[in-house]
Amino acid sequence: MSKKGWKEIPIGGLIDEAGSAKAYDTGSWRTFKPVVDKAKCINCLQCWIYCPDSSVIVKDQKMEGFDYDHCKGCGICASICPVKCIKMEK
Amino acid sequence: MAKMIPLTGDQAVAEAMRQIDPDVVAAYPITPQTEIVMTFSQFAADGRVKTELIPVESEHSAMSACVGSAAAGARTMTATSANGLALMWEIVYIASSTRLPIVMPVVNRALSGPINIHCDHSDTMGARDSGWIQIYAESGQEAYEYTILAIRIAESSDILLPVMVCQDGFITSHSVEGVELFDDKLVKDFIGEYKPGMPTLLDTDNPVTYGPLDLQDFYFEHKRQQSEAMKNAIDVIPKIMDEFNKKFGRSHSIIEEYNMDDAEVAIVVMSSTAGTAKTVVDDLRKEGLKVGLVRPCLFRPFPAQKIVDALSKVKVVAVLDRAESFSNCGGPLYNDIRAAMYDAKNKPIITDYIFGLGGRDIFPKDIADVYRELIKAAGENKVKQNINYIGVRE
Repeated sequence: MSKKGWKEIPIGGLIDEAGSAKAYDTGSWRTFKPVVDKAKCINCLQCWIYCPDSSVIVKDQKMEGFDYDHCKGCGICASICPVKCIKMEK
Repeated sequence: MAKMIPLTGDQAVAEAMRQIDPDVVAAYPITPQTEIVMTFSQFAADGRVKTELIPVESEHSAMSACVGSAAAGARTMTATSANGLALMWEIVYIASSTRLPIVMPVVNRALSGPINIHCDHSDTMGARDSGWIQIYAESGQEAYEYTILAIRIAESSDILLPVMVCQDGFITSHSVEGVELFDDKLVKDFIGEYKPGMPTLLDTDNPVTYGPLDLQDFYFEHKRQQSEAMKNAIDVIPKIMDEFNKKFGRSHSIIEEYNMDDAEVAIVVMSSTAGTAKTVVDDLRKEGLKVGLVRPCLFRPFPAQKIVDALSKVKVVAVLDRAESFSNCGGPLYNDIRAAMYDAKNKPIITDYIFGLGGRDIFPKDIADVYRELIKAAGENKVKQNINYIGVRE
């Protein structure tokens, strides 16, 4: 994505649209990424509760995986998982 | 009708604030600014202004409240001095980078330590790179007029930067002089109704985020915008001054030249000392000495081209700095003037005199001695030394 120059962006660091954090790829900050073994997962959703970046995707009350555009790789999900089905991989 | 009444420089600024009637004033008293806050608080208590006055617990809170208020779309003012300015430091930078047009009279006082309450420019000179516009007043009258001007400068859509209106602690802030106050209505006409230059926090139909994290990918662009605003300011401020001059019968400009047309040597000095120096120029002119004076009224942005135009004609220049930068290369005003003159076709010899630290008095004789040294240096085409001190005991 080519970024806008200083003449094109609002002054003062102002953000003039709501919810724009979604467009900001914080996943690029990540060193280790969480990978789930769905065969072991019991869908307790503890990872979803604890994730500080709302990056655990849940569908129909089932853990579906991760939003890698926004997961910063903190590893809290792996740490909290009671069945240890999330591994942090390089 | 304008009326002339006896006022201190602080009271004169408070009168300007009464006429401006800002939406919000958040301030904490500190010597020698105290009388501004005290007088303005009385105006608020007496119902002479509609201002929401926020008595905060520190200057850090004062500037923080100002940032919030300005971001919410309120015309906002505060005032401070020295250690108060130092305590609000973090938020001073946030105000300018967030492009909030806050106007802050600063009564110049030596920044501790050792602790001292009297005048020098070490407080605002420390803030010269903070992204605020800085104007330095020679008298209480000027501090009053600059405060009114500062509202228009800060709020100009081409600028949108906060402004410090500086005057000399005690020397003008506490001396009573005849101050001509303009008619309230004329002042209100001049400043106009406040229309924020950016979307504001309270405009819920157009939600915006103020002060988000700004990292490697955008911070630099925002700083570049601040540079551009300062570039605009050097062109726009003279236009606003012209409008003011026409309306109020004044002759403000970003630098003042005094007897510079045929001057062979010149002193550059800001604020109240320029007033003393003018009487010295008058006296020496009677002796037939071709001496002149340049007073930068605007210090940020720096009026470099005007300085070059004024000083290219003379042989030797003394810059009088009421602050030390501890660089071993002279005071802050001296450095900016030397830098500006580097590209000038005709470069005078430029020497620095640091004076008046911690409120040490400077007398007409001291200034006359500088002029005589300059005349001698013009004859010999050299100065004894580049960095000198006036009035310090050996």
